[in-house]
Order: sequence, then structure tokens, then C-alpha cells
Amino acid sequence: MSLVEKTAAQLQEMIHTKEMTIAELTQKAFDRIEALEPKVDAFLALNKERATQQAGEMDKVPFADRGPLFGLPIGVKDNIVTEGLETTASSRILEGFNPIYNATVVEKLKEAGMVTVGKLNMDEFAMGSSNENSYYKKTKNPWNLETVPGGSSGGSAAAVAAGEVPFTLGSDTGGSIRQPAAFCGVVGMKPTYGRVSRFGLIAYASSLDQIGPITRTVKDNALLLNAISGHDDKDSTSANVEVPDFTAALTGDITGLRIGVPKEYFGEGVGEAAKQAVLDALKVLEERGAICEEISLPHSKYALATYYLLASSEASSNLSRFDGIRYGYRTEKAGNLLEFYMNTRSEGFGDEVKRRIMLGTYALSSGYYDAYYKKAQKVRTLIKKDFDDAFEKYDVIIGPTTPTPAFKIGEIIDDPLTMYANDILTIPVNLAGVPAISVPCGFDNGLPLGLQIIGKYFDEETVYRVADVFEQATDFHKKTPQTWEGAAQ
Amino acid sequence: MAKMTKEEVIEVAHLARLAITDEEAEHFADQLEAITNAMELLNELDTENVEPTTHVLQMVNVLREDKSIPGLDRELMLKNVKEHEGGQVKVPTILE
Repeated sequence: MSLVEKTAAQLQEMIHTKEMTIAELTQKAFDRIEALEPKVDAFLALNKERATQQAGEMDKVPFADRGPLFGLPIGVKDNIVTEGLETTASSRILEGFNPIYNATVVEKLKEAGMVTVGKLNMDEFAMGSSNENSYYKKTKNPWNLETVPGGSSGGSAAAVAAGEVPFTLGSDTGGSIRQPAAFCGVVGMKPTYGRVSRFGLIAYASSLDQIGPITRTVKDNALLLNAISGHDDKDSTSANVEVPDFTAALTGDITGLRIGVPKEYFGEGVGEAAKQAVLDALKVLEERGAICEEISLPHSKYALATYYLLASSEASSNLSRFDGIRYGYRTEKAGNLLEFYMNTRSEGFGDEVKRRIMLGTYALSSGYYDAYYKKAQKVRTLIKKDFDDAFEKYDVIIGPTTPTPAFKIGEIIDDPLTMYANDILTIPVNLAGVPAISVPCGFDNGLPLGLQIIGKYFDEETVYRVADVFEQATDFHKKTPQTWEGAAQ
Repeated sequence: MAKMTKEEVIEVAHLARLAITDEEAEHFADQLEAITNAMELLNELDTENVEPTTHVLQMVNVLREDKSIPGLDRELMLKNVKEHEGGQVKVPTILE
């Protein structure tokens, strides 16, 4: 088995038995990245010099002082600020932006001893489902380089799928961790809203955004969530709740677990392959003692419209800070201050970002506020109630992560509504704020499919337990894409 | 079905401080009209007696003791400013 297929525990064993140093592991990660980047294009900035230096120093730390993630390489989505390492959110308006502090999650990675190797491509400001909205590059899906990796955390999912790094961080506002994880055949967790601090996450839609881990296995995912969770004084929306050891939840026992299967998640637009893969997965879970029953989340079909109104409204407000004055891109063509603002923003933002800013501005403008924004907030209450009701009877809710596997690059980029429909099965989760994971559950024409397991508020433990049981019972997570062939190990 | 005109898009773009050409306004008008029409699906629902959700968790005001803490260093804060002079940010002329 090559290095890139190893879990955190296996890598630690190699380090502890002196088969490999942290410096060597870091070097191997960069070799692998350099070998695969011409095909995959997952990374924006690389942190080679500092990472190499950090790794050398870490090798001197006594084994007794090291945790389970100590010395392991990680990539970070480019909307999470990293001190001294260019952070652009894949937007021209932040080209060359060099943060002067770290996001709380990045501080936590440091505390855990992880080595940040670089920043990962994404849809501009996390708006998109294909990574085609990046100003800088188009990340490719390692399973088929003509298809998209999904989005917006497409770089984060592709880097793990390609074996460039074993761990990445993404962010999920309407499916931006789970959808690319499904498309790339890896494990992606959107934690409960408030579980992980958003301090230093460049805001898109603040009432929905949440940072989470992307990994190859469920256990590694739980390890990384352990490291980044917890209340933060710098984020007043972070929840002051206890953080359990998520890996302790992986007991392998799901006897008597009640699974709700929403019929709406098998409706119009959801492909046969995705449906069948989930039905097969449910059988696997039933064989291990779970009880599956069909349920209804009756307001599911309203989630997409609700999401785009709320997320765009919040975005129009959040993105008003980008004015070219204190940081970021500045226009060269301006006779006065108004022109300066307008030209800076028009030249700095891409089309999808402009579309959402305008939609949000429209939805919040006088005369339309009640009809659009407030209406959407009320429907959000109904969608949340669907989940509250279901979770009175069921421990988890399971369905497909996406209606279809990855689509071709360029195929739907000019059709915003079709692009938005990619997220119909992930968006309700963000509106409710509950946690959900995507784990690999099959293939359709060689492209991965994802199983979505949704849990109760702050019950990531049960979500992980079910995901782990499924992973142990199947071998989808062991399959590797063809891009691996011939690349540095 | 609501109609989104080019003029409305130009007005919204101005509110959002986005410069926009006539051609772009027409293109965005078509797309935004399709999007807002899709949003009207929500009108099927009677939400007369439904409370709006602004936040999914119970939120309380977060207060801290009123004492000063050191801010960031000025030199550091000017690191990403394109033009500055004497510790101040330079901007284009505001009054003509």
C-alpha cells in the first residue's frame, strides 16, 4: 500500500517506528502535489518553505508529547485565512491578499501539530457547485479529468481523492463539503452549525456557513473534527457545548438504530444510479441491525428557493466590505469615490458572485423585503420543523448526497438554475443547521456516488457511528482513481 | 410571473455598487428573472402564522467585561493597503 493510502494511525505508526520522519512525510506530500497538480489543479498557494521548516522542528518533539494528528499534512480551503499565506477565496478582488492573523481553525490545526501544506481552490467566495467559478483555475475531478470535482470545496475534495494530502478543510453553506466529497469519492462532514468557530472564515452566508473536515476515512474525519471543534470567544455564534471524542463513537454497533428515509430525496431529478446505491446501502445497514422506514420531509421542495434568497441576501451584505480601500484589488479607472467602488467591485467579482449580490440586494430592497427575504425566513422555519419532527422518531435520516455523479466541465456553467439544482439534497440540512456527512457508496460509469447521513443537532457521534459501520462493511473508500497511476507515491 | 427589466437590474446593480454595461444588464435581467420566478414557488405556502427563522440555535447576547485589550499593530494593519501615507489609507478624491 502506498503512503498516500494510509490513515492517520498508520502514518503515526511509521513515524513512531522511525520508518519515516515528519520531514520526509512533508517532502513526500509536496512531491506528490507537484507530480499531480498539472492534472488536478487543486492547489492555489503552496506553503513549502514554512512547512518544511516546521516539519524539521517537529521531528524533535518527544513522542509522548504528540497527538494523533501531529506532523500530518493538511490542505486548507482558500476562504479560511492563514497568516502570511495568500488567501483569496478564489476571487480576483483578494488577489495578493496576505492575512495578518490565522482563522481559529488554523490555530487549532497548529495546536494539533498539523502541517499546513497549502491553500485549496474553490468557487469564488464559495458560490458554486463545480469549481468553475474560481478566478484562478478549474480543478478537475481525479476520477475523470473532464468532469468537475464539485463545489464549492472542490479543491479540498479533489486533493484528498488524488492522494495529494490525507486531510483538508472545507466549508459548507448549501452542500459545499458534501457535494464535492460525493463527486470525488471521499468523506466530507458538515458539522452542526456552531460546532466549529467561523472566526477567520471569509463570510458568504453567515447563518449557514460551517467549516468541516474532508478525509479518506470516517475515523480520520472524526479525528480532525476533534481537533477543530469548540466554542470560541471570537465567534459569538459558536456554540458553548461540550466537545466529545468523536472517535469514541465508532463502536461498530448500530443495533436498533432507527433510520428515516425521506421519500422526497428519491423524487424527480434524482438519478436511478444514486437511488439504487442508497437502497443498497440501506440494506447493508439493515443487515447490521438498523431499522429503516420511509418518512416525509414535506417542505423539501421549497429548500432551494429559500436557500438562494437567504444566502444571496446575506452575501450581498457580507460582500459589501470589498471596496478596494484597505485591502484587495483596486481599480485603476476612477474619477471619484463612487466610480472607484463600482469599478473595483465590477472588475474584482466574477459573474456568479455579481448575480448573487444583485439577487440579494433585490430581495432586501424596499418593496420586496417581505415578499422575498421575510417569506424565505418563514419557510426556513417550516423546513427546520420537518427535521425536528423526524428526529423525534428517528436517530438519523439517510438519502443520496447528490442527484447525479459529477458532470462535465463546461456542461451547465451558463445555466444557473440547473447548476443550483445540484444542491437540492444538501441545502435543507444547512437551513435546519443539523450535521450531515457524505461517504462513498457506489459508482455510476466510473464516477463516485455519495451516501448522505443526517443527524440531530450536535449528534455528530451517531452520524459518524453509522458512517463507520457502512465503511467497514464496504470497500468503496478503498478504490483509487486512475490519476494515481505513475504518480509519485 | 414577475418581469425583470434591464432598468431594474441597473438600479439594483447601482445599489450594490456594481458597474454594469447595458449588454450585461440585459443578460443578467434574463437570468435574474428566471431565478426570481423559480423563487415564487414559495408563494404556494401559507406562512401567515409562521415565525421567521434568523438563526437555527438559541442565541443570547454575548458580552464581555468592558476593559481595553491591545489591538493589532498599525504597521501590520497597513500591510495589505495598496496606498498609504503617514499611517493613513489613501483614497481617491471625495469632494471635487
